[in-house]
Amino acid sequence: MQNDTVKKLVRNGAIWAFILFQLVFFEVAGRWWSLSDGAFMDMDSMLLLLKQSAPIGIIAVGMTVVMINGNIDLSVGATYALAGIVMLDSMNWPFMQAMGDSAIPLAWLFALFTGCLLGLINGVIVWKTGVDAFIVTLGAMLGYRGLVFMYNGEQPTYHLNWTMVDFAEASILGLQTPAIVFLAVVLIVWLVMTRTIHGRNAYAIGDNREAAVNAGIRVGPHFVLNFVLIGFLAALSAVAFYSGSGSVNPNDGMLFELWAITAVVLGGTKLTGGRGSIIGTLGGVIAIQLLRRGLNHIGAQTETVNLVIGTILIAVLFLDRQLNRKGAEELKV
Amino acid sequence: MADTAVKSIGGVLARQGILVAFILFMVGFALWNPRFIDIDNVFGVVRSSAILGIMALGVTFVVIGGNLDLSVGSMLSFSAIVVLDLHENPAFGPALAIPAMFAMTLTLGAINGFLIGYLRLNSLIVTLGMLSAIHGLTLTYSGGQNMDIANQNETWFGVFGRGTALGIPIPVLIFVALAAVLGILLAKTPFGRKVYAVGGNPTAATFSGIPRARVVFMTYMISAFCVATAGLIQASRTMGAQNTVGQGLELEVLAAVILGGASLLGGSGTIFKTVIGVLILGFIQNGLLLAGLEFYVQFVVTWIIIILAVWLDIATKRGKLWSPIA
Repeated sequence: MQNDTVKKLVRNGAIWAFILFQLVFFEVAGRWWSLSDGAFMDMDSMLLLLKQSAPIGIIAVGMTVVMINGNIDLSVGATYALAGIVMLDSMNWPFMQAMGDSAIPLAWLFALFTGCLLGLINGVIVWKTGVDAFIVTLGAMLGYRGLVFMYNGEQPTYHLNWTMVDFAEASILGLQTPAIVFLAVVLIVWLVMTRTIHGRNAYAIGDNREAAVNAGIRVGPHFVLNFVLIGFLAALSAVAFYSGSGSVNPNDGMLFELWAITAVVLGGTKLTGGRGSIIGTLGGVIAIQLLRRGLNHIGAQTETVNLVIGTILIAVLFLDRQLNRKGAEELKV
Repeated sequence: MADTAVKSIGGVLARQGILVAFILFMVGFALWNPRFIDIDNVFGVVRSSAILGIMALGVTFVVIGGNLDLSVGSMLSFSAIVVLDLHENPAFGPALAIPAMFAMTLTLGAINGFLIGYLRLNSLIVTLGMLSAIHGLTLTYSGGQNMDIANQNETWFGVFGRGTALGIPIPVLIFVALAAVLGILLAKTPFGRKVYAVGGNPTAATFSGIPRARVVFMTYMISAFCVATAGLIQASRTMGAQNTVGQGLELEVLAAVILGGASLLGGSGTIFKTVIGVLILGFIQNGLLLAGLEFYVQFVVTWIIIILAVWLDIATKRGKLWSPIA
């Protein structure tokens, strides 16, 4: 029993310990080698860090939910790009232009609706055909990317609206809009997963689908709901990012799914479902962004960041396995 | 009697459905536009599919063994960059650059194989980590620069990507030869049977005394070997490469393998079917281009075909069209 508590503590605390380690390491290393003039841990750069991690972070929250549920979604990068395109392109429609700035919320709604719809398609296919989510969303990754290209060819889609930019760059207590959206998403989804029946059922289904079915839980609707949620969040991420940037390239969002999964796994969520936490994912997202900054801070080539993150991901997997040997047998896609 | 005949035809259709679909597709397109089956066009398609196809051959072994390999795209970039860099290095030159590149790529495959085979770590996450790590390695190696061969007319290096023998493009010959060798290895040798056993039922395989770890390790070595070959062709064809040349290929390769009918659960699939899967993707792309559509329409078509193919496959197995998920 006590062993279990220790394990749990180690598992949930590990990512935060790692973040703390990074903060101290980069602070000390930066001074020691005097490679950097400024301190690593200054407030402004930490707030900026939260903003920079928002696009992947918002998606990673959705990925956590889908993975807890025992599925995976590889199509989020394409969903992100398509939602961004719909948002910016819709601002150019004649009736939207006629509406002036009051068209902005409508453009956001169009984007979010696109995300929900793409998520719904994935969810319904997974539910009704019984094809593994990995394959369904792998196909969708290609298909949705095709839709992105079909929308506007290989041209970037852009629309610059200063009201929208002002909104995206507005800040409360030093936190800019994307960072606020990210933190709000973390809070709300955390509440959903820990305080609602849907959250509890999502854990139960991921942990043992058969048992969940026997307990009378309807698996399909929960799958669909979670895919709609991740589609919505991918679109929300696009809204938060493209409102400020005003331009979408059809290749945007590529590899986002892999970054999101990396953050989720670093945060302690199990690939096989049934276990994981939104707060852990927040840690995973911050850890990756911190590493990126930190390596830059001590003057390491930015190229090495991928090398380091990949190595850490594998190390985490190895440590987790050592910590919980029983898990090794369950690990299968 | 008639009933059994219908059943057995149905069985053949179910088992060879992807082949039947492929033939129907080819015939349909050929009737619509005879240029489609023009010999030059066919060679063109096979040649442009060769790199993806060779990678898919290796990934077929990994998938039948019950694992995934998401690192092949990064690994392709790595091998292309390395072979080009060593080619330009006077200490190596083309003759030494190629074996050196193969050795380095196989080392990466050995790392995959060790972590997944011997340490029994989850292949999705390990190869996801390797995707990122190898990408970082490539960028560090190249300093973020593209690699180019300076004097392209003075080297025989271009033969692998640009050459022809008996009128057949060399990449096609390599693809066919490798498919034949690996097909025999998988279908006709004890090693091949072990790969199926390990992927189909790991517990039973272990109890039958099959060295699971070594077999899985070997599947990753084969995958790395195929990637190195594909990387050589890629580098040779363009005589230059970007750090991201293989980016995203891992999922396209996997799509081809799945389209060929290999199950992600392991234990099923063949080299022949993977080749069909690769050709389907190649000819769809080509057919759509001939029809005057943009290249990206193929992504949408591929999406629909993959889902239909896998759905029909599992629907036949369970005897019901719709899933039993409540």
